[in-house]
Amino acid sequence: MDDLYRDYILDHYKQPRNFGELEPHDLEALEHNPLCGDELGVHIRVCDERIVDLRFQGHGCAISQAAASIASEELKGMTLAEVEQLDADWMIDLLGIPVSATRRKCALLNLKVVRGAVTGDHAWPT
Amino acid sequence: MPSVAESTLGVRADFPIFAGRPDERPLIYLDSGATSQKPQVVIDALAGHLRDHNANVHRGVYPLAQEADAAFESARAQIAAFTGATPQTTIFTKNVTEAINLVAYSWGRANIGPGDAVLITQMEHHANIVPWQVLCRERGATLRYLEVDDRGELSLSALDAELARGDVRLVAFAHVSNVLGTINPVAEMTARVRAAGAVSLVDGAQAVPQMAVDVEQIGADFYGWTGHKALGPMGIGVLHGRGEILQEMEPFLTGGDMIASVDFQSATWNELPWKFEAGTPMVAEAVGLGAAVDYLSALGMDRVREHERSLTAYMLEGLARVPDLRVVGPPEADGRGALASFTIGGLHPHDVAELVSRSGVCIRAGHHCAQPLMRCLGVGATARASVGVYNDRSDIDALIDALLAAREVFALDAP
Ligand SMILES: Cc1ncc(COP(=O)(O)O)c(C=O)c1O
Repeated sequence: MDDLYRDYILDHYKQPRNFGELEPHDLEALEHNPLCGDELGVHIRVCDERIVDLRFQGHGCAISQAAASIASEELKGMTLAEVEQLDADWMIDLLGIPVSATRRKCALLNLKVVRGAVTGDHAWPT
Repeated sequence: MPSVAESTLGVRADFPIFAGRPDERPLIYLDSGATSQKPQVVIDALAGHLRDHNANVHRGVYPLAQEADAAFESARAQIAAFTGATPQTTIFTKNVTEAINLVAYSWGRANIGPGDAVLITQMEHHANIVPWQVLCRERGATLRYLEVDDRGELSLSALDAELARGDVRLVAFAHVSNVLGTINPVAEMTARVRAAGAVSLVDGAQAVPQMAVDVEQIGADFYGWTGHKALGPMGIGVLHGRGEILQEMEPFLTGGDMIASVDFQSATWNELPWKFEAGTPMVAEAVGLGAAVDYLSALGMDRVREHERSLTAYMLEGLARVPDLRVVGPPEADGRGALASFTIGGLHPHDVAELVSRSGVCIRAGHHCAQPLMRCLGVGATARASVGVYNDRSDIDALIDALLAAREVFALDAP
């Protein structure tokens, strides 16, 4: 089997969880991957400082879509304070595949957009 | 002479990178549109200059400095002859991006004002968009775009209509598109621009490496290109300009070498082409590019074009066998340069490029520095395979096999 394109990655890519619009929502953001111009947006519903629901929108490569899909399942239920603490390692570990330097931004785009929505910080996660 | 039908120039052995890869995988290099590989003669010229003839240019009286001077200026003469230009009007820049910026700053800031328009096309590389955006914003001018049609081509009547509006001062366009591959009718276009009293700039980055280019015949006021795509080193580009216009222009960068004399408060400018070459230039790179154009001349640019045209035709046939693959740009190899950009349904271009790289196939994926064009095409990104003098049919076969295998990894044909 392929190292990068594992079955669960392809599964999340082909059937992404928590994709679409979320109306009404409390937080939103939109970010680009400069490598390919892909866009990823997020809608987040918050209750008591906690993410109760979220949806991603956009399209991208298998890595970026699968990363967003996998992360979405973890992000639901997290407090905003917890989201603020998330870093690049959290996402890469969660993804569980060897991500090369050039594809790193693909994997991190979803965390960038979520952190952007929650904290207003639009820097790439480190 | 190798038969054209086999689509090979038989020169791969001239390029040491193909023999020198550390891993076992063969190098199937299909990214010459991004940068070309370098033949041994270029590597030798570059190293030989640094080893045997290095001194600063323009000022030395001792023999070594004179050798460096002679090497630099004879490279300029070789390069000018290759593109049908004169040495006086052949300016060295870092790359074509700098060549375009030179025109945008030196010519643009003196000649574009409020109410004027700059016309470019939807198929431009960012290098031929952003300098004009900045110029127009700064000077209160407008930037307009010529449309690309469904075949990936420009329309001469649309150009006429734009020019008839009377406000266009400069028209800038690619000779060959780096995404669509379209070969634009540059001589017809520059003649129309001239007749309308406007100035033309042609971005020859993709054209010079793959076809015979004669800037005199093309008739552009400015023609820029970049050395690293034409078998030369990175760090050297060329701007050819019309002598009368270059004479009138103020310098771009200022400092040493570009002056005639410097007083406490003012300076006068050196003559062409040195007026536009401030500071110590890229001498070894110029020598390397000189060797590159000699190598290409010896192959013969018409042969290079015929080789790459027929290989591109072979590639288009192969790509047509891949399910759900869509090629953008002109449908026939005759009207296109040596590349094909494509998308595959259900597969993102980055995943395509990553998967084919497992078989040693190097292609590019992304927006190819042409985001406005991507928007017009309605795609976020494409994969692009481009061929060079060293490629042959075996490279294309490897690409097609790798693409079919990539679809299998994603199980695209599974029920
Ligand atoms: C059509 C075109 N214009 C401009 C450029 C920019 O070339 P450089 O980065 O060498 O300035 C390229 C290369 O990517 C190109 O293909």
